[in-house]
Amino acid sequence: MTYEPKTLKVVGTRPIRHDGADKVTGRANYGADFKLPGMLWGKVLRSPHAHARIRAIDVSKAKALPGVKAVITGGDMPMPDGGVTQAGESAINTQHLAKNLMARDKVLYDGHPVAAVAAISESIAREALDLIEVDYEILPHVIDVEEAMKPDAPLLHDDLFTQNVEPKPEKPSNVAQRIFVGKGDMEKGFSEADIVIERHFTTKPVHQGYIEPQACVANFAEDGQAVVWCSSQGQFLIRDLCVNMLGMEASDLKVIPAEIGGGFGGKTTVYLEPLALVLSHKAGRPVKMTMSRGEVFRSTGPTSGCAIRAKIGALRDGTIVAAEMDLKFQAGAFPGSPVGAAVMFATAPYDIPNLSITGWDVCVNVPKIHAYRAPGAPNGAFAFESVIDELARELNVDPIDLRAKNSVAEGSKAPYGPTHGPLGGLECLSAAKNHPHYKANLGPNQGRGVASGFWINIGGQSAATVVVNRDGTIALVEGCPDIGGTRASLAMMCAEVLGIEAEKVRPSVVDTTAIAFNDVTGGSRVTFATGKAVVEATEDAVRQMRERAAKMWDIEPDSVLWRDGAAHETGGEGRSLTIAQIASKAAKTGGQIMGHASINAAGAGPSLTTHMCDVEVDRETGRVTILRYTTVQDAGKAVHPSYVEGQMQGGAAQGIGWALNEEYIHDEQGRLLNAGFLDYRMPVASDLPMIDAVSGEVPNPNHPFGVRGVGEAPIVPPLAAISNAIYDATGVRMRDLPFSPPRVLAALEEAERAKG
Amino acid sequence: MPKIHVSTTVNGDTVEFLCETQETVLDVLRNTLGLTGTKEGCGTGDCGACSVLVDGRLVCGCLMLGVEAEGKEIVTVEGIGSPDRLHPVQQKFLEDAALQCGFCTPGFIVAAKALLDSNPEPTETEIRYWLAGNLCRCTGYDKIVRAVQDAALEMKGQQA
Amino acid sequence: MEYQSPASIDEAVAALAALEGARVMAGGTDLLVQLRSGAPRLGAIVDVKKIAEMCSIEETAEGFSVGAAVCGAQLTGHDAFSRAWPGVAEAAGLIGSTQIQGRASLGGNVCNASPAADTTPALIAARAKAEIVGPGGRRIVEVEKIATGPGKTSLGKGEMVVRFLLPARPARAADAYLRMIPRTEMDIAVAGAGVSLTLDRGGVVADARVGLGAVAPTALVLDQAADILTGTKLEDDVLARLAAAAGAAATPIDDKRGTIDYRRKVVGVLAKRAALIAYQRAGER
Repeated sequence: MTYEPKTLKVVGTRPIRHDGADKVTGRANYGADFKLPGMLWGKVLRSPHAHARIRAIDVSKAKALPGVKAVITGGDMPMPDGGVTQAGESAINTQHLAKNLMARDKVLYDGHPVAAVAAISESIAREALDLIEVDYEILPHVIDVEEAMKPDAPLLHDDLFTQNVEPKPEKPSNVAQRIFVGKGDMEKGFSEADIVIERHFTTKPVHQGYIEPQACVANFAEDGQAVVWCSSQGQFLIRDLCVNMLGMEASDLKVIPAEIGGGFGGKTTVYLEPLALVLSHKAGRPVKMTMSRGEVFRSTGPTSGCAIRAKIGALRDGTIVAAEMDLKFQAGAFPGSPVGAAVMFATAPYDIPNLSITGWDVCVNVPKIHAYRAPGAPNGAFAFESVIDELARELNVDPIDLRAKNSVAEGSKAPYGPTHGPLGGLECLSAAKNHPHYKANLGPNQGRGVASGFWINIGGQSAATVVVNRDGTIALVEGCPDIGGTRASLAMMCAEVLGIEAEKVRPSVVDTTAIAFNDVTGGSRVTFATGKAVVEATEDAVRQMRERAAKMWDIEPDSVLWRDGAAHETGGEGRSLTIAQIASKAAKTGGQIMGHASINAAGAGPSLTTHMCDVEVDRETGRVTILRYTTVQDAGKAVHPSYVEGQMQGGAAQGIGWALNEEYIHDEQGRLLNAGFLDYRMPVASDLPMIDAVSGEVPNPNHPFGVRGVGEAPIVPPLAAISNAIYDATGVRMRDLPFSPPRVLAALEEAERAKG
Repeated sequence: MPKIHVSTTVNGDTVEFLCETQETVLDVLRNTLGLTGTKEGCGTGDCGACSVLVDGRLVCGCLMLGVEAEGKEIVTVEGIGSPDRLHPVQQKFLEDAALQCGFCTPGFIVAAKALLDSNPEPTETEIRYWLAGNLCRCTGYDKIVRAVQDAALEMKGQQA
Repeated sequence: MEYQSPASIDEAVAALAALEGARVMAGGTDLLVQLRSGAPRLGAIVDVKKIAEMCSIEETAEGFSVGAAVCGAQLTGHDAFSRAWPGVAEAAGLIGSTQIQGRASLGGNVCNASPAADTTPALIAARAKAEIVGPGGRRIVEVEKIATGPGKTSLGKGEMVVRFLLPARPARAADAYLRMIPRTEMDIAVAGAGVSLTLDRGGVVADARVGLGAVAPTALVLDQAADILTGTKLEDDVLARLAAAAGAAATPIDDKRGTIDYRRKVVGVLAKRAALIAYQRAGER
């Protein structure tokens, strides 16, 4: 199924989302909103140490507390055989996951679970945790990525040997893997260059920051059949991970998706569900578990802090001839940082003939890193888009012109291999340059920064069922949790194909027994891939309705055309039948009508974006204020433009938070000091201006309406855009995130001192 | 410790409940009274997802004890709007796509209603500072601020 | 945990004295967060919001009396108080979000004894006094004498602050409070400065007092401020001396909210800027 230009009646409009009324009235049920008769409350005891050996755990006092129904430790959790489960853009090693769910012999970070209890009330469960005695032997810990790579660094895993290095290491280390992407001849490239710039950058771990803490209810019956209600980015992933963890069969577990209160990648794994299942199994009653905000920060997410060296070489005319990068990423307690994506996409907006990009995946004593919106790409782009800005200043050319001169375009080869189809990099740059924002005047201590970003987007497996109701309305059944308006966008595509109003389609996100497997809501894939499945399923229903009409008229189906919600006879009497007329007779023409499609969608078009940002810097306090912000992004085709803008605005806001104040702060013992919204400073409403979101549309040839994923790319450029703007305002280059007031003031003073 | 008997008014209805002294209004609303529209995002007053009105004043349900509700009038998101008509703030949140995941939305609806009750014509800056205690991680606030502005206009129009 | 909500100060004092591990709760915005974090276990809560005189603001010939349980929204919404003491009002108005403003009290802010409390430096600059009632009767102390260290106060067993007393304002007097936070809202002060000035007819500072927050174990009175500012019109060199004196008086710590170096510098900047605002306000009266 490929893109065809056509006149659209529903796609591109802004109807009210189908789940809207439930969400503005408090009716919508999220992960923590379920309750079952006889339900127990589960709670987790977590390590207070960054790295320690567990000598012994004594749960006898907790078990003896009246009201406690089950207590579990690592020994009660099975160890799976191994293997990897794909979770959107990340791959989950099931043995690592098992050890992350509940520590066995060692705890690897502050917040690592060591035991769990189920009791008849939350307060008794809490009291029981206090009665569990854990004997720890505290071990030296390491959090900084460059420290963790040193030969004498504290070792997290004594069986971890660096992969993909020659010669093969003989000693274990914290370095799990080396990743490399390259082409051309680096020596030649840099020797041709008139200008070479090389810089070092660092970032801190940051959290996804979804407002809904993880929550679930598990109910394990005596016959081995279990049900989990939970909020996640993919009920099928939760099912598969739980059955892998616990040695169950897929048919033993039904996962019912709750509404999800934000995820940003962070809810593409399990933390509570397998524990709740084991507790429920032991206690013989349903168990509810919810995380506190502190637990969310200490034990879930975050994304990697990193250290990056970026080197760029260019000719006097602005042609970039060579780029070399070295990216060291924190993986957290177990291997698996997003450094691979950083390696592939850091330079991806540009066509550079000589490239050498090396990534390192490094275990450190923070929670296992998990996916966060365009995982790895913002870190890489921070470094590369900063050196591009330096290059533009060095060459005295406009930073947008420099980017355009080197931009990828249709036919250029991506650093990671494939040749690009149509994509919107140049269109975004040109729209940014022509935007009134780019020409607006700046006052004293104000500056403007520009940066671009690239995200690949994914397709993957999606299924959809289109049930034609007897009154002509539609039940659209799909399996991807709606995290930001996909019920609406999918229903709109269904309505477009049928030729009816979006309001006539009722979309439902169903449980794991009600539709075929779907990959997660992640990778900016749902409107693209599930959208394709919806279009195919709708076309299947249309085909059936044309056949039924033909039967009712006693003509050939080929003589029936579908248009505007009705079957039309192409010749003869020119009769027509509406969906309702066909559906109401379905019992007599062959049974009820239901279209279905189950696909593995390929061809997700990459999304390119350019951001512009104006800042004002208070030179006496180091405070950076965002004055104006504009995003331009290629959405392929915006199905519901409001929600496309929303993705762009929300991604920009997350990036602004990452740039200005968000960071994990640890004490000397490796304990997280800011495990709450008070001191993990995400942007509040008064921190931000309106964010202008301009949606460019270069259709993706691989989607019937030209859709590209839009969700992730907008978080890629802000880090560099803001750093570049601070430079423009002050002449000071910020290369270590975040640009919090103390750091900015220190940098300003350092620059003053250097001037003498 | 025996539970304490509390009688209070929630969304216009007289209700009675028993609670432990350390339980918050948020705990009572969600776990005892089944009003799960009020959300818990942090439990420490930093996110505003549990915003409710108590005697007309906007507070965090997580920072008020259940026992303090004695004799008070509480309004939650479930008490805003009427069965036949959404409140203008709710309606504009829908029309302006001011929600993505929707988890913070009940808190924003309650907070925005409280703002417009006390200040029918807020400036953009007033809206942003009034809502600074309500965290949203999805939208970047742009469409939320616009929805509140639009609701203000709508409510002004209704009065005129 | 026991909960009591007495209707009079005497009952409250009796309850505080009688109940093991009892704490006074006004707005509860600090206390309930401590309660939730589990440490230390509270034995009892004495809720003082049903005591009418602790929830009211009164203007008298001597100045203002502000009940210790008065919340931020009540104080900032009181026109006469905000006119007389704009700096104290803006300090109270900075504590937390709109939601917190509906609960958090002046008494709680001062008696929680956080070094970063916003109202304490403003109240210090205002020469505010606290009326304390306890088993031994009533006493009145300067606000700066209440906190003795982070989380520690000079209040005895069974004692509580019932009201704050702020003096009447002469003509050409005004105050201001500024704090530094990384965001625009929802943060704890990294540094704070309250300044109260009285000018003579010629616009020359006749009286000055400066309180500093978040740069020492307790909020500080900047003793040299009167010497530096009195007799001046806040010329640039005067402000530079004020900033330097504030930085020198500070004995801050490095923590997740800021560094020693940063706090020393910024507290001076804030003192300078708050002085200019107070000066302008005073000149307009």
